[in-house]
Amino acid sequence: MSNTYDLVVIGAGPAGLAGAVEAAQHGLSVLVLDEQPEAGGQIYRSIRTTQRLRPHAYALLGPDYQNGKSLAAAFRECGIEHQSSASVWQVTPDRTVHFLQNGAVQEVRAKRLLLATGAMERPVPIPGWTLPGVMGAAAADVLLKSSGAVPSGRVVLAGSGPLLWLTASRLAAASVEIEAVLETTTFADYLRAVPHLPRALLANEYLRKGLRLKWQVRRAGIAVHSGVRGLVAEGAQRLEAVRFAHGGRDQTLAAETLLLHEGVVPSTQLTRQLGCEHRWYAPQRYWHPLLDEWGSTSVEGVAVAGDGGLVAGALTAEASGRMTALETACQLGAISAQQRDAAAVPFRKAIRHHQAVRPFLEALYPPSPEALNPPDDSTLVCRCEEVTAGQIRQAVSWGAVDLSQQKAFTRCGMGPCQGRMCGATVAEIVAQAQGKSPAEVGCYRGRPPLKPITLGQLAGMGADQD
Amino acid sequence: MLERRWPAQGEAVTFWFEDKPIPACEGESVAAALLSAGVEHLRVASVGGAPRAPYCWMGVCFECLLEIDGQPNQQSCLVTVRDGMRIRRQPSGLGGPA
Repeated sequence: MSNTYDLVVIGAGPAGLAGAVEAAQHGLSVLVLDEQPEAGGQIYRSIRTTQRLRPHAYALLGPDYQNGKSLAAAFRECGIEHQSSASVWQVTPDRTVHFLQNGAVQEVRAKRLLLATGAMERPVPIPGWTLPGVMGAAAADVLLKSSGAVPSGRVVLAGSGPLLWLTASRLAAASVEIEAVLETTTFADYLRAVPHLPRALLANEYLRKGLRLKWQVRRAGIAVHSGVRGLVAEGAQRLEAVRFAHGGRDQTLAAETLLLHEGVVPSTQLTRQLGCEHRWYAPQRYWHPLLDEWGSTSVEGVAVAGDGGLVAGALTAEASGRMTALETACQLGAISAQQRDAAAVPFRKAIRHHQAVRPFLEALYPPSPEALNPPDDSTLVCRCEEVTAGQIRQAVSWGAVDLSQQKAFTRCGMGPCQGRMCGATVAEIVAQAQGKSPAEVGCYRGRPPLKPITLGQLAGMGADQD
Repeated sequence: MLERRWPAQGEAVTFWFEDKPIPACEGESVAAALLSAGVEHLRVASVGGAPRAPYCWMGVCFECLLEIDGQPNQQSCLVTVRDGMRIRRQPSGLGGPA
């Protein structure tokens, strides 16, 4: 591995792969770092292995997954250097990237940096969500891709969003025993989405797909309840039942697995650690880095492409990866501004097309209020340090009115996940307790190390000498 | 907790979890192989000691941290199974000796 690259790409999903391929085609030296064992990101997770070893799963996952095959192949054919199972734990403003691989720390320098870290499933803190047997719905989809495994026993899906339906339909096709889909989406959400329908019709393939997924779930005989509230995961050592309120009465379903989903949010650890300027995105209640049309952030030489910038799906991610690579090639003198603009035409068009459906989907599937700010004080918010919603509210009353003070008072966000799982919830609770918007409260500061690392590894000694 | 939906096409792999042999299939993650083998939890919560299992399956939640071949804090949902791996639970949520 050479020590300096024209472009270092972090993340090997659609945005990172497309950006790397485009940059390599313009003669730039490119390194792709990714923490997964195999290129593809989450949407195309383990695509080569699935095709080779798990043909049934490959067929079941369908065109949305199989689309990734050509991109992954183009990436391999370009001969781009790819370091897999590499966890980036720090990026400094001079664009030195520090990562951990096989227990050893390494660093590379980048003339330009493309952060393509994608999105994560929004954590859904409900009472009992830390019980074994409760996990994300998109997580179950990832599991199907990464290992060909499905939840055993009775499964309940709960929450809202396109991925809830995609997972339900895929698990139904895999003959998983689904007890019910409990939608937190309400009739009022449908009404709020209607004004966005005309524009969404410009990308009506998404609407047709959504209707097909819902039809597949109902055709499989699965009960669907809408406007569900008061979700509780019950059990002693593992999930035993799901309690919920629907139509004014409490109901309980015995289940071995509960899959929760309330949309996806950009992964912003690196952009926050680098000090990029961020904006609050009210329709989906998340923070995202402020980008220009080429994906450039407020920090020189650092660009973002894909869902890590604004959640818009795989095809937009791919086009935005190409756009940032064109700008990088232009900045480094490989192509002129005219060449860049000419080459960008189809990508701009693609982004405009795929984005047409977003306002409709975002209005139809807002995260449920209870998922944002758990009303039950006993709900664990920080899974690592075991801090409850009640403890956070109490700390606010003691004067912990910002997120750094919350960390100091309660230890929330101080565990191994570094606040990835609790950051948004703590901000919502702290904001609402003071009658503010999360936009005024901010988000956790990103501090290295972004991944757990031992002092021995940090000292470059490797794991053996710990 | 989990099951393999279709017969495996790859090579059979055996690794060791808490000194017991675990059968697995080539190309699976360590965490998925363990839950498919009937292991219900991978760690215990560092304060209250309650059992925990993976939530996100993509490297975000850190509920799958295990010691793998002597290296602590490995995210086992991101590690592919290899023959002969030696895997243990950790005494608490993070970091080797408590």
